[in-house]
Amino acid sequence: MSLVKDATGQSGQGTPVRKSGRSPVLPTASRVATDAAEATEVSPAPRAKVWPLALATLVVVGLLATSLFVGAYDVTNGELGAEMMWITRVPRTVALLLAGAAMAASGVVMQMLTQNRFVDATTSGTTEWASLGLLLTAIFAPAIGLAGRMAVSSAFAFVGAMTFMVILRRVVIRTTLVVPLIGIMLGAVVSAVTTFLAVQTNLLQMLGTWFMGSFTSVVRGRYEVLWVVAIVTLLVFLLADRITVAGLGKEVATSVGMRYETILIAGTALVAVAAGVTTVVVGFLPFLGLVVPNAVAMIRGDNVRSNLPWVCLGGVALVTVCDLIGRTVRAPFEVPVSMVLGLVGCVVFIAILMRSRYRG
Amino acid sequence: MVSITRLSPEGVLPDELEPEAPRWRQFLPLIIVFGVAVALAISVLVYGNPAPAGSDGFWIIVGTRLTALATIVLVAVCQSVATVLFHTASSNRILTPSILGFDALYVLTQTSLVFVFGSAAAGMEGIPKIIAQSGIMVVFATLLYGWLFSGKRANLHLLLLVGVVLGMGFGSISTFMQRLLTPSEFDILSAKLFGSIGNGNVDYLPYAAAITLLIVAYVWRKRKIYDVVALGHDVSVGLGVHYKREIVTILVLVAVLISVSVTMVGPMTFYGFLVATLAYQFARNDSHSETLPLAIGIGLVTLLGATFVLKHIFSAGGLITVIIEFVGGVLFLIVLLRKGLR
Repeated sequence: MSLVKDATGQSGQGTPVRKSGRSPVLPTASRVATDAAEATEVSPAPRAKVWPLALATLVVVGLLATSLFVGAYDVTNGELGAEMMWITRVPRTVALLLAGAAMAASGVVMQMLTQNRFVDATTSGTTEWASLGLLLTAIFAPAIGLAGRMAVSSAFAFVGAMTFMVILRRVVIRTTLVVPLIGIMLGAVVSAVTTFLAVQTNLLQMLGTWFMGSFTSVVRGRYEVLWVVAIVTLLVFLLADRITVAGLGKEVATSVGMRYETILIAGTALVAVAAGVTTVVVGFLPFLGLVVPNAVAMIRGDNVRSNLPWVCLGGVALVTVCDLIGRTVRAPFEVPVSMVLGLVGCVVFIAILMRSRYRG
Repeated sequence: MVSITRLSPEGVLPDELEPEAPRWRQFLPLIIVFGVAVALAISVLVYGNPAPAGSDGFWIIVGTRLTALATIVLVAVCQSVATVLFHTASSNRILTPSILGFDALYVLTQTSLVFVFGSAAAGMEGIPKIIAQSGIMVVFATLLYGWLFSGKRANLHLLLLVGVVLGMGFGSISTFMQRLLTPSEFDILSAKLFGSIGNGNVDYLPYAAAITLLIVAYVWRKRKIYDVVALGHDVSVGLGVHYKREIVTILVLVAVLISVSVTMVGPMTFYGFLVATLAYQFARNDSHSETLPLAIGIGLVTLLGATFVLKHIFSAGGLITVIIEFVGGVLFLIVLLRKGLR
């Protein structure tokens, strides 16, 4: 917490450093957004800020409550209904909450660490690595159990995220747009390997079912491990300031007395655990970590710490809405949430890209 | 003049042709590439045939394999020509139609047709339907990609990123709609969309071949014009080429070629990129009379070689596209990183 104060305190002498570290990261869009949000952002009435957040929380709670009561089985119906509620609806809703918040928060972390607002688990290939890990456990250690799968999957996600960052460092001039491209292509290459292995071992269909992000299979006894990502989200909150400083670049971070590498690795590990665990339990949630933080930054500016609750709420809201759409659009059946999310995410992502295009 | 026939491998007579030797030598890469392609084609047809050579069974198996071979050849030609043309239209060599989601767009068009018109559309057959479908695809692709390329501030990386994400989005929408189809509609659709080299759509083969041949002939006639188009808008207009019309024509041709290729074997993202990049490496200059034949030849060698090796050596025939995706993807990354470094 004091770290950021140090950074701001030093920025008096070190303004050019800070500027040069920060400005290429942020397109003008965000600065304009900051200006717009200045009235609420800068005005020093901390109590006034609580209300919008409380309201948003209420909306999200409403969405989650809706999620509890939407589905093929009528849970308001007597004793069996109550039973079903606890078997499927509650776990599902909790899973939506956990996965949504964690993926959105880890999107913020990735964006800070790579200094690029177009990066998340989807556009850095991290999820593809996680699913490669998942497949390898299925091939070589089928009896490893859920915890083992998650560990391996997270380890692979970590390797993937680190590979991505190492490649980024090797690219001397990285334009904002080439970074997500490299990530997507890296993901494509990794997923070609995964497909190859899956075909060889007759696991392609199984892989498809796993990888297709969906909360359908989330029932009591199968989701509890997802609470791990609650810890991840919590840690992101605790480390928020450090990650923000790390996002200013190695020079600035080191000069304010931070162990840059440690934070970098810690942040990447958090993202990897979130991606790994979510992939094992739920599957692929495309663009979630990309769309939500960007939307929040557009509205509220770039104060990571005060944005984080909003990002988490936004993540939960988006996943829940997409899941509700998936559940209702073809009522007795379900459309996996990843498809709805992919569709929505793609449209929003391109809108963000185009916005930056017309702003030059 | 040395006629091409005399240059065929068995008829090379270098001594007599001493003064004109450079003339045939300039065709050397092409001769080698196509020679290898022919050798591979024959190997694919004949190798590992369980029936004794010359017997009836032997020829029946060769006949079945001939269909697969024709599919491979068609796909190779379509993808290579489409990619080179696309590079010309976009004046750069990283973009390829597939990376920009062209074939995902095709899948989307097909899916939405079935989605909107039901199994009536899916069950319908014949040339009018093919023309109608390709028409929709072509119009859409021309509008979309015409718009993407026309931007004043069109930035290469933005274009690429938008294209890649669009491709992902098309994929999502298609899968989404496929989920909403009835099982019977879905069956008909998926039988259409995801052929593989093993079981190419035999019914389409003659039409596809005819269309491809026509397009290749047309492109070959226009190769000099395309050399100019590759120099960009201003130069083309200065030299009296109707730039906009040529670009639109190219996009239409690319759309048709890609739709042929996707119908035959399904989407292949990096294959065209792989082939074209290799072709530019071996070509002595950038003229289309040089790059087009080389690209076709390399496309044939790559796909036939992969087929042969995977099918007969690793007995993993279904994986050809996956392997090519992997190799092509790695190559793409390397090129991208290098361009980023500069």
